[in-house]
Amino acid sequence: MADATLQHDAVGHGLPGAYEAPLFGAYSKKVGMWLFLASDSLTFGALLVAFCYVRSYTAWPTPFHVQSIVNSSIMTACLLSSSLTMVMAVFAAQRSDRTWTRYWLLATMAFGTAFIVLHGMEWSKLIDEGLTLPIFPKPEHAAVGELADISKNTPQFPATFFGLTAMHMLHVTIGVIYLGVIAFRKWFLPVLGVLWIAGYVLIPSDNVFHYGVHVLLIGLIVASVILFLKPKDYDAQDVEVSGLYWHFVDLVWMFIFPLVYLLSTKIT
Amino acid sequence: MHDAATHAVAHDDSKGQYFWVWGALLVLTAIEVVLGYKQIFSPVRMLEVLLVLSIIKSALIIGYFMHLKFERAIMRWMLVISVTACFIIMYFFFFPDAGRIVTLGVK
Repeated sequence: MADATLQHDAVGHGLPGAYEAPLFGAYSKKVGMWLFLASDSLTFGALLVAFCYVRSYTAWPTPFHVQSIVNSSIMTACLLSSSLTMVMAVFAAQRSDRTWTRYWLLATMAFGTAFIVLHGMEWSKLIDEGLTLPIFPKPEHAAVGELADISKNTPQFPATFFGLTAMHMLHVTIGVIYLGVIAFRKWFLPVLGVLWIAGYVLIPSDNVFHYGVHVLLIGLIVASVILFLKPKDYDAQDVEVSGLYWHFVDLVWMFIFPLVYLLSTKIT
Repeated sequence: MHDAATHAVAHDDSKGQYFWVWGALLVLTAIEVVLGYKQIFSPVRMLEVLLVLSIIKSALIIGYFMHLKFERAIMRWMLVISVTACFIIMYFFFFPDAGRIVTLGVK
């Protein structure tokens, strides 16, 4: 069957009663992921509702130049394309095509990584130009200009911008690690380790990502615990469930992009 | 392997529809970007328009990419109603008081 909805083996319609059909007609891993996504959507919902209020009732700056909007539009296209490749990965997993499942998962991870890299570069540029939070490492030379003024006069702007996009970027990073574990299992662990070390060494210490890269270490530890304590050959259900998480990450960006970026566009 | 169980949910055999959904999402994103520059609306109205467009995009993602359209009706209804109810409750707990604070005159 080409249907990407995977049927629970225990659903026995009309069979003499060994098993009761699950309430939602889906295997429990899928229901569990949906419940988690419902809760996570409330987390982002709370942040976005707070942002909408602050955006509507504060004198809000509009500093994003065309380059920022072009960059974030490319990021949006990356995430949308990654959702498409994720759907293809689920189809491949469901017809037990391991090779193509890995290829499509790799494509999804590549788009996700492109998103993170573009976003990180944008953050670094904005921080260099003066948009910053007190918690960030101080650069050598204090920036002057529009963004520095915004940080001083309307601190809600960098607070909401960095807060929302950091929360989302964290989810995307976790998603890429999750997909890597599903696709490559234990082979992914050294990759994560190398990326963590490389990030820590290569990113200068006055850049916030020098510290942010430790998320990869946490991911490495968690993935190691899971992969060694419960070694498992991940099947089509696992791929589908990881796909649900990935689409959720894309979904949240569908709200963050217009509200955070498009409502703060510099109109000349 | 086909039994009664596999016909319990609607079939979505065509992969093509996912490309159409992807295309529609890109088009809606482009519309949002154009609206961002055209400045037809006041900021609050613009926020509402963007929210509506984002909800349409998320409905497409949830329905097709996350496959909820093809799941059992009970799961669809439970998820959509519960999350929507939470957002409605959030709205009523938050915005009326928040709007009132603006005109309270506290400096």
